[in-house]
Amino acid sequence: MSIIRIWAIVLRHLYPYRFNLSRMSELILWPFFEMLLIGFFGVFFARASNFGGLILAILLGAILMWQIFFRIQQGISVSFLMELWSRNLANIFISPISMVEYLLGLIVVGFLKVVVISLMMWGFAELLYHVNVLSIGVAIVPLAIALVLFGWAMGTFVLGVVLRYGQSAESIAWAASFFLQPFAAVFYPVSIYPPLLQKIIWWIPLPHIFEALRAVFAGQPLPINHVLWAYGLDAVYLAAAFVFFGYMFEKARDKGYLLKAQD
Amino acid sequence: MAENVIVVKNLTKQFKDTLAVDEVSFSLKRGEFLGLLGPNGAGKTTTIAMLLGLLKQTSGAITVLGMQMPKDRQKILSRVNFSSAYVQLPYGLSVIANLKVHARLYQIPNGDQKIQELAEYFGIADLLKRRMMTLSSGQATRVNLVKAFLNDPEILFLDEPTSSLDPEAADTFRQLILAEQKRRKLTILYTSHNMQEVEKIADRIIFLHQGKIVAQGTTKAVLAQFKKKNLEDFFIALARSENKKGTA
Repeated sequence: MSIIRIWAIVLRHLYPYRFNLSRMSELILWPFFEMLLIGFFGVFFARASNFGGLILAILLGAILMWQIFFRIQQGISVSFLMELWSRNLANIFISPISMVEYLLGLIVVGFLKVVVISLMMWGFAELLYHVNVLSIGVAIVPLAIALVLFGWAMGTFVLGVVLRYGQSAESIAWAASFFLQPFAAVFYPVSIYPPLLQKIIWWIPLPHIFEALRAVFAGQPLPINHVLWAYGLDAVYLAAAFVFFGYMFEKARDKGYLLKAQD
Repeated sequence: MAENVIVVKNLTKQFKDTLAVDEVSFSLKRGEFLGLLGPNGAGKTTTIAMLLGLLKQTSGAITVLGMQMPKDRQKILSRVNFSSAYVQLPYGLSVIANLKVHARLYQIPNGDQKIQELAEYFGIADLLKRRMMTLSSGQATRVNLVKAFLNDPEILFLDEPTSSLDPEAADTFRQLILAEQKRRKLTILYTSHNMQEVEKIADRIIFLHQGKIVAQGTTKAVLAQFKKKNLEDFFIALARSENKKGTA
């Protein structure tokens, strides 16, 4: 394992952000407009309901936390797609880098993006709506980590799919997180789902994390049972994603997908 | 006598119903320049991909620098390099950014200094700050060469490196490669569809056809064996025999 090679992958994906306005918009404009949209919803709900400012804080906190999961997943799978688009895959894999080092590089890229985007969103929430989404204190830390872990699992799984299907799996890489969003209870409680669906979605870490987040925003202590469930499920999904990816990588080397994927 | 740096024994690659490489065996000595030739679909790129560990062989053994591919993949890849007209460096990045990434991938000590030295040697020092997308094919090929020499490779795999170059740029490329081969005692495995080019520069050729070796030896020996004036005639005769079989 070489830190230098992992850093090479990080640099490869950070260099495009230098002096590139369209790239920078991913870090600034997207979070800004998401914050703006969800914030307006929050203001409307706050005025139309009895929840007052709490609903605004919950919605803004939820969108910030959702971005953590979404950007981590994208940091892995879309960064790999960038390698395919630029026809650079063979250059990377004929270097002495191992697949684990490459994957760790992408994970770090996603993490760095999340740090920047989270700071941006926190600043926008404060600036636009005078809501401090970090006001819930340290409780946000275990929840954010649980989201990062599930983002890695999802990103690694999607990476395996892209390895197998190449650029034709591009839409899955972009949309994978959104396929999960309706079942993640990001903006509303799990209780609104039909009973059968509730039983299913509890097997995803996201509803546990967002239920816990809402509880903390409502002034309750951090629900430890939800946190434990989230971490337990994260461990299972991460292990499954790594096994799936390892299998797909070996399959790619056997079937020649590493050569064909960029065509 | 020079040692064998590549030994390939009964190398076979089967994709579902297609036998892409069929029991191919050959070896390469240190400092040798081998031309790997054949029509499209002959198995050249598949063979190189297996030698580089991008593709797993169905059967057969590959020994590179005394190590087994794919078992010792990382150790082998730190001592070899590759350049191809069909594999590009990211076009949105500057030349220097691309080279810095690769200097780290190969863990080159004093990477920046090494890049500067190679850039001056290959005449791209004034291009370092430009983005890849702004370079001509000839300039991009030189940048790829700098990348390929970053780790002082003992073996260089070149897959149709001159296919996108005009005759002058292709000639300059060949001169550079030949000079480097002599200077470093470099082993080169070179694929090309330009038969005249291969006649000029290769010490020895291997001709692949439908995944099998149909001829190997010095160019002179192969031409004498098949009673052809030049490699182009040999290539055309081989390709047409395939077409006839296909239409029969």
